[in-house]
Amino acid sequence: MVRDRLIFTGQLLFTLLVAAFLIVPAGLSIAAGVTVNYFRGIQSGLTLQWVAQVWELYAGTIVSSFVIAFATLAVTLLAGVPAAYALLVRGGRLARMIEEIITLPVAVPGLAIALALLLTYGGFGAFRRSWLFIVVGHVVFTMPFMVRSVMAVFATVDIKTLDEGAASLGAPAWRRFWDVIVPNGIPGILAGSLMVITLSLGEFNLTWMLHTPLTKTLPIGLADSYASMRLEVASAYTLVFFVMIIPLLVAMQWIADTRGVR
Amino acid sequence: MVPCRVGGAFSFMSHRGFVWLCLLPLVVLTAAFFLVPMARLLVTGAEGPHGLAEYLAILTEPRYRATLVNTVLLAAATTVATMIVATVVGLFLQRHRVVGRSLMIAALTFPLAFPGVVVGFMIILLAGRQGLLGALSTRLGGDKIVFAYSIYGLFFGYLYFSIPRVILTIMAAAQKLDPGLEEAARSLGAGPWSVQRDVVLPALAPAFVASGAIAFATAMGAFGTAFTLATNIDVLPMLIYTEFTLAGNLATSAALSVGLGIITWLILALARSFSGNAVAAAG
Repeated sequence: MVRDRLIFTGQLLFTLLVAAFLIVPAGLSIAAGVTVNYFRGIQSGLTLQWVAQVWELYAGTIVSSFVIAFATLAVTLLAGVPAAYALLVRGGRLARMIEEIITLPVAVPGLAIALALLLTYGGFGAFRRSWLFIVVGHVVFTMPFMVRSVMAVFATVDIKTLDEGAASLGAPAWRRFWDVIVPNGIPGILAGSLMVITLSLGEFNLTWMLHTPLTKTLPIGLADSYASMRLEVASAYTLVFFVMIIPLLVAMQWIADTRGVR
Repeated sequence: MVPCRVGGAFSFMSHRGFVWLCLLPLVVLTAAFFLVPMARLLVTGAEGPHGLAEYLAILTEPRYRATLVNTVLLAAATTVATMIVATVVGLFLQRHRVVGRSLMIAALTFPLAFPGVVVGFMIILLAGRQGLLGALSTRLGGDKIVFAYSIYGLFFGYLYFSIPRVILTIMAAAQKLDPGLEEAARSLGAGPWSVQRDVVLPALAPAFVASGAIAFATAMGAFGTAFTLATNIDVLPMLIYTEFTLAGNLATSAALSVGLGIITWLILALARSFSGNAVAAAG
């Protein structure tokens, strides 16, 4: 039918337009990052000088972003995984309330959380000046993603029955947790970890308020370069961020796919 | 296997005790770094020269109220536009196995991990002073198109931010739809539009509400994009930021951010009670 073909073509064109809206700027940014002069275009030649300059200027922000992301991951794992188990096994109104409270930072804008942290702990100079202050913000923001991701997997493997089974065999609680519960939660722990790392590496709203000149992360450096560097340098810096984030995205997609197949 | 009653150093601990111990680190962290600071924020909001009235200032002070209205309108416009775009695209990609489908999906979901600042930069590359649209429009002999640094830039930034998320939600929901329902409607004589209107869209309603609420809350509270595009765009997060850093107005910025937090939380909570669980990543 002519009308069906028309509808199909219209939708296809629209989809291509939307895809272009999303991908063209990213492509421009990648191109600009390796072009000698963006204004004159790609014919001015390709270069890695801007990437090198980014490394010179901002290597510190990249390192501290990774340090902060992995520290955040460590805390969310140590506190989040046992908590996910406890919330699921205990159940009831208290567990739901705790889950609700730890999920609040997802709904409350980062700006408000950062302001609250500053008002409360801004006076503790050494803490406020250290990168731990940023880790604290990131932990508050990413914790719900870890806890929920692990809880979701625990719920599908019926952790309560497993736990009771192991208990009836006489295994003490901490052994059951380590030998039975944690191995069964691996897919959720993995998915949660990737989420936490990705969110922490890209976090800006909180970090902008919490950082000091000595504790800059990559997104802070990005904002700085967007405001004060030439377009090529800002683009090269964005390119570095893409390179960091793409493996994480691919891994997350892969986990989602394998879970979907199962 | 004989059940052993003595199981190592921790056997003295009851099961209940162990569960509490598992919960303890999270409870301590949440109390120290979220609940106490939030309480402090609430108190600070009332410690200004106007006392508790500071909390009403967001509604009574004309400048703040204008900003609030501005922000809500922008968030609503972004949400409506995102929903329309994502529904058309998501349903299309879910239905048709066109050539390059997986490539299109990759292109549409790649920006998922971009923080707000990077999204702002994407809009600058598209519609900024050295942007693509400006270059194209001057080459075509027209006026140079530059809108990145205005509220329209912010609109497209939030669109850029939300489209990937909503498309994924809609595609996942559409995948679960029973194709038999559509066929039944068609065999009963319903045209393609009425099938969409009466069968497909109502079935997707929970996904719409969940992802719409996320898009709205994100557009209300996000800060990175506005920060990158310009410092004088009149939206609530920018107002809070300038009140805090430039004016040093602690009470006002605290009261405003409590207000903003309540609005975004309320929207997400309402949506959740309507459509089940949804966790959002606000950037």
